[in-house]
Amino acid sequence: MGIFDYFRSPKTRSASQAKERLQIIVARERAHRSGPDYLPALHREILAVIRKYVHVDDEAVQMNLEREGDCEVLELNITLPEKD
Amino acid sequence: MARIVVITSGKGGVGKTTTSAAIATGLALQGRKTAVVDFDVGLRNLDLIMGCERRVVYDFVNVINGDANLRQALIKDKRTDNLFILPASQTRDKEALTTEGVERVLGELAKEFEFVICDSPAGIERGALMASYFADEAIVVTNPEVSSVRDSDRMLGILASKTKKAEQGGGAIPATLLLTRYSPARVDKGEMLSIEDVQDILSIDLLGVIPESQAVLNASNSGVPVVLDEDSDAGQAYLDAVARFLGEERPYRFTTLEKKGFFGRLFGG
Repeated sequence: MGIFDYFRSPKTRSASQAKERLQIIVARERAHRSGPDYLPALHREILAVIRKYVHVDDEAVQMNLEREGDCEVLELNITLPEKD
Repeated sequence: MARIVVITSGKGGVGKTTTSAAIATGLALQGRKTAVVDFDVGLRNLDLIMGCERRVVYDFVNVINGDANLRQALIKDKRTDNLFILPASQTRDKEALTTEGVERVLGELAKEFEFVICDSPAGIERGALMASYFADEAIVVTNPEVSSVRDSDRMLGILASKTKKAEQGGGAIPATLLLTRYSPARVDKGEMLSIEDVQDILSIDLLGVIPESQAVLNASNSGVPVVLDEDSDAGQAYLDAVARFLGEERPYRFTTLEKKGFFGRLFGG
């Protein structure tokens, strides 16, 4: 960095952004890969059932599979829309 | 026993064919009898990078179909002893690489050669799956860039589940990382993922780091593998990688920024 760089606005360190984004997406994709392959279908069906009663968008159902030793925990988060 | 090595990446354009040519030539220079096989059916390019495009008579698919034998299809490299090239076919039939056919041809190669280098096509379609299916080990070519790193991770997943060894319950084949187009200056500025960043994400051993270099385009322009340009940074970095591949310890070169003098620092660059 030259002396004149100090007068410029601080650069965004894009490499650290890249690393952060990669760590998140790669972890997610790995979990997906090692998880049972019925998860996407299960997700769709749960979403369909909820939509029989309330209108929610695709992101309203979050599924997360975690492994703790021999035990697998399927965490399900459903966000209902706010009432007007 | 021959070592069958797949050069793979998932993403296209990261330097698989350049790497296949460089590593195969580097091994042959060490006196190891090496065959390099182009698995990119329909988009043959290894012949161009190796500079033998005008000598292609028969190809991989001809051998699989029995139209030619291996001896007829293998091209002996003119510059380097101990080096042979098996070109890909230009057919558009992606199903031409049958599992049985590939197994038979690789089996024949393994009898004659010490190393069989499989140059994988990009993607995760049949050609790429076949290139890694019978491999004993993999070299994953990655650029320090988000899409390349993500695709490499995806490819590591495939290497852990879709090879013959994995299907027989033998687990993942060993894979090492070859980081290409690396620019220490941009890493220093925080504009490029560092070696450590990429290793943190992929968690595999490092085989080599090839700097971004004009020598690579020069080499492909003239059809001479870059390791034969001994004075070039990229050529030397590939030769280091080959030495490590053969078990030697080599320090990493071209991975840190050369420190500028006082005026250089004062005025930037």
